[in-house]
Formats: sequence, structure tokens, C-alpha cells
Amino acid sequence: MLTIDNLTNEIDGKAILKGLSLQINAGEIHAIMGPNGAGKSTLAYTLGGRPNYDVTGGTATFEGEDLFEKDPHERAAAGLFLGFQYPVEIPGVSNLQFLRESLNSQRRARGEKELNGGEFIKLAKEKAGLLGLDMEMLKRPVNVGFSGGEKKRAEMVQMGILDPKLAILDETDSGLDIDALKIVGAGINAIMRKPDKAVLLITHYQRLLDYVKPDFVHVLAAGRIVKSGGPELALELEREGYAEVVAA
Amino acid sequence: MTALAIPTRKDEAWRYSDLEAVATIWPVPAPTRIDVAEGETARHHLLQDAGEGAAAVHDYVITIADGARCDFHVLNIGGKLGRVTFTVTIGSNAHFELNGAILGGGDQTLEIITSVTHARPDSTSGQTVRSILGQRATGSYLGSINVARDAQRTDAFQSIKAMLLDRTATANAKPELEIFADDVKCAHGATVGELDKAALFYMASRGMDPATAKTLLLRSFVAGVFDDVADEAVKDALEAAAIAKLEALV
Repeated sequence: MLTIDNLTNEIDGKAILKGLSLQINAGEIHAIMGPNGAGKSTLAYTLGGRPNYDVTGGTATFEGEDLFEKDPHERAAAGLFLGFQYPVEIPGVSNLQFLRESLNSQRRARGEKELNGGEFIKLAKEKAGLLGLDMEMLKRPVNVGFSGGEKKRAEMVQMGILDPKLAILDETDSGLDIDALKIVGAGINAIMRKPDKAVLLITHYQRLLDYVKPDFVHVLAAGRIVKSGGPELALELEREGYAEVVAA
Repeated sequence: MTALAIPTRKDEAWRYSDLEAVATIWPVPAPTRIDVAEGETARHHLLQDAGEGAAAVHDYVITIADGARCDFHVLNIGGKLGRVTFTVTIGSNAHFELNGAILGGGDQTLEIITSVTHARPDSTSGQTVRSILGQRATGSYLGSINVARDAQRTDAFQSIKAMLLDRTATANAKPELEIFADDVKCAHGATVGELDKAALFYMASRGMDPATAKTLLLRSFVAGVFDDVADEAVKDALEAAAIAKLEALV
């Protein structure tokens, strides 16, 4: 589904990713772990196409197409979803309006019929219910006045409604208490654990992986993947610390 | 009656205007007078949508008697020059409310100029103006509030916000207070900003194309200006004209 080959990038002239390669197939859940400053969020933003995250070398192929040839909104329409570590607040635009415009923009780009108001509300209700989020919350402006946990749950509702092929979730577990972590973990499983979908979880900690079991775990350090393994690698990292595992 | 001389830039109220465009229609028509009688409520609106290259100046002189109220909604979007001015005198226990939007692109100069005089005690006024300016457009709000010596307990506010879509566009916001009473409340705020880049990327990451995302943010920026237009048909017309103009701007 996604093949990243020898990816290098720069932010404001500073090299962050230094030859990162990764293969993600449909039906797989991958976790990338690593110390602060390793380039985890940079990887997420670079794949999402954030301005100023300049690709200087390497390739990323998503569903057989060059990801970097596409604008951010075209990547979303192609089936890529980026979960933000810090979801952005948009005063004056309700979640429902935001999501309906997003979904219908994607559908237009794919040549599909747009959803009307009634169809959209039905879909939104179903997905909000999955994450235990009140419909009233979705009438409020995007992320404005939401707690950290509410923002992450709202992100997962967005993911449910947009129904991507690949979700790249950047520290979706940060700012969540145990109850919220369980709900968000169950949401990720319900929406994304399917044979035709894949997930790239970016996280500092093992704890999210207790709820969303990865098939593969990678350690990112200094802009490259330095070690890959199965779920046991996450436990090893938790036990030994990054320094130990990276050095080994 | 002799025609007045064409204004110059030295005249504060014309400082940011397009004087060449004004010259093409000088002398401008006499002001429209609105007198709101004691205890009455009046609602007015103006959709200034002059044709491309045209100049339009609309002057209003409004007198609001004791216990009366005047609500004015203005959408200023058309012409090479579109200038709307209000000279308002408010009586005791009376209120003036102006809600306006300026949406300009190309080489447009669009202006809202107000002079609101609280002549008697216990009167209130509110002015809310939102401007969105692209390309080489200039949008100006010049608003003076004058509180007479015995107009105690006056409560007035001006909320002026402008959004620039291009670095080549210009927004002028000049609230001015002249207060001769000592027990008054006058609040004014003016800001000039740009579209939030983080919000635009967030919207793009969800699949919104740039034009849809910008239009949605801009609609939210001017939302509220026409919320309390009582006549639904007028409200729909103003909103539809505003949205069409926004879509042309992005």
C-alpha cells in the first residue's frame, strides 16, 4: 500500500529524515517508536504534505502512485489520513460543516456522488457513537474548547467518516487518560483493522499498543529506521529504553 | 447652490479614497436622510454592488429620536470605488447598530465612513465591520464616535476586523473617539490578519481543496454580520451576494 524508499527531507534547510525506508501492506498495523527529535512527527507531516517539509530525496509510493506528486488534499482523496498530535482549532466552522465539506471534496475528486445533508448526518451519528462522542460536540466549532481527550476522539470520528485506506496517527495517545485511551484504541480497531486498510502508529509509549496490537514495530532514531521487529520489540523498548536498544 | 469642491487627500475622511474615481461622479448625489421618530424602530440595508469600473458614493444622514432604534446592514462589494458614509445623531435611550462587510479584490477601493454623535444621555451604539481584501484592493473603515458634554452613560463599541488575502492588499482601520462627558463606556478594537496557515493545512489533510477551505474560513470570518437581518429575503440576498463575491476572491 505504501512504500517509502530512502526518504530524505529538510525543514528550513535542516535535514531531519536521512534515508528512511518502510513498506506497509494492506491489512497491517505498523508502529514507529523513537526518542524525541528522531523525526517521527516529521515523517507524518512529510507524508501528509505539510508546507515547508521539503522532500530532498527518495520516494513514497501510495497505492501505486507517487505520493509527493500530489497536493495534500489530493493525498487525502487518494485515501491517506493524517491524525494530528495537536489537532488545529478552527473558530467559526462547525465539525459537521468541516467534515461534510471534507468528505464531499474527497468524493468529488474521486468522481463519486456527494452526500446530502441527511445522508451525512446519519453517517456522522454512527461514527460519533462509535467513539462515544455526543452529536452536540460535532455542532461546535472544530476543536475549539475541546479537552485533549475530546480532540483525539474527534480526530477518530473524522477518520471514521472519511474512511481512509491508510491512517498515519501521530501520537494519538498523547494527552489521553486510560479510559480515553481504551475508547480511542477500540475506535482505531473498529475503523481500520480490515484486510484492505493499514495503519501507521507513531508513538512514544507502549501503552497504546496494548489496545491496538501492531504487526510490526520500528525504531526511528536520527532520521532513519534503525531496528524493526514484531510486537515484542515495543516491550523490549519499554523495558530497556531507546538508548539501549538503538545501541545494540 | 454652488457645487462643493472635489475633496483632496488632506481631508481626513478622504485620505484613503480613490479621488480619480470620485472625480468621475462629482458632485455626488445629496445624502439620503433617515429620521427615526421617537420610540420607533427602523431597519435599513444597502447592497453596494456597482458595476466594474464604476464609482458609487452613498451618504446617509440618520437622526434617531429619543427611545428609537436604527439597524443598518451594509454589504460593500462593487465598483472601482464604493464608498458608504453614515452621519448619525442619537437621542436619549436610543440605539444605532451598524453591521457591515467589505469584500474587495482587483483594484477596488471600498470604504465605510462613520461619524456617530451621542447627543443626549443614555444612548448606545454598536458598529461591527468585517473586511476581506485580495489582490490590490483597499478597504477602509474610518469611524468617529463623538460624545456630547451632557451625554452621560453613553455606551458605544466598534469592532473592526480585516483579513488580507494577499500582501498587496491594504486595510485601513481608524476608530476615533471624541468624548466630552465623563461617565461613558466606549470600546473599540481593530485587527488585521491573514488566513490561518495551520487551519488551511488541517483542512487540506482532510481532503478539502484550497478554494473550498479558504471560502469556508472566510465565510466563518464574516458570519454573523447578517445574522440579525429581520427580513429573510433581504438576509438571503445579502448572504448570497457575499458568498458569490468571496468565491470570486479566492
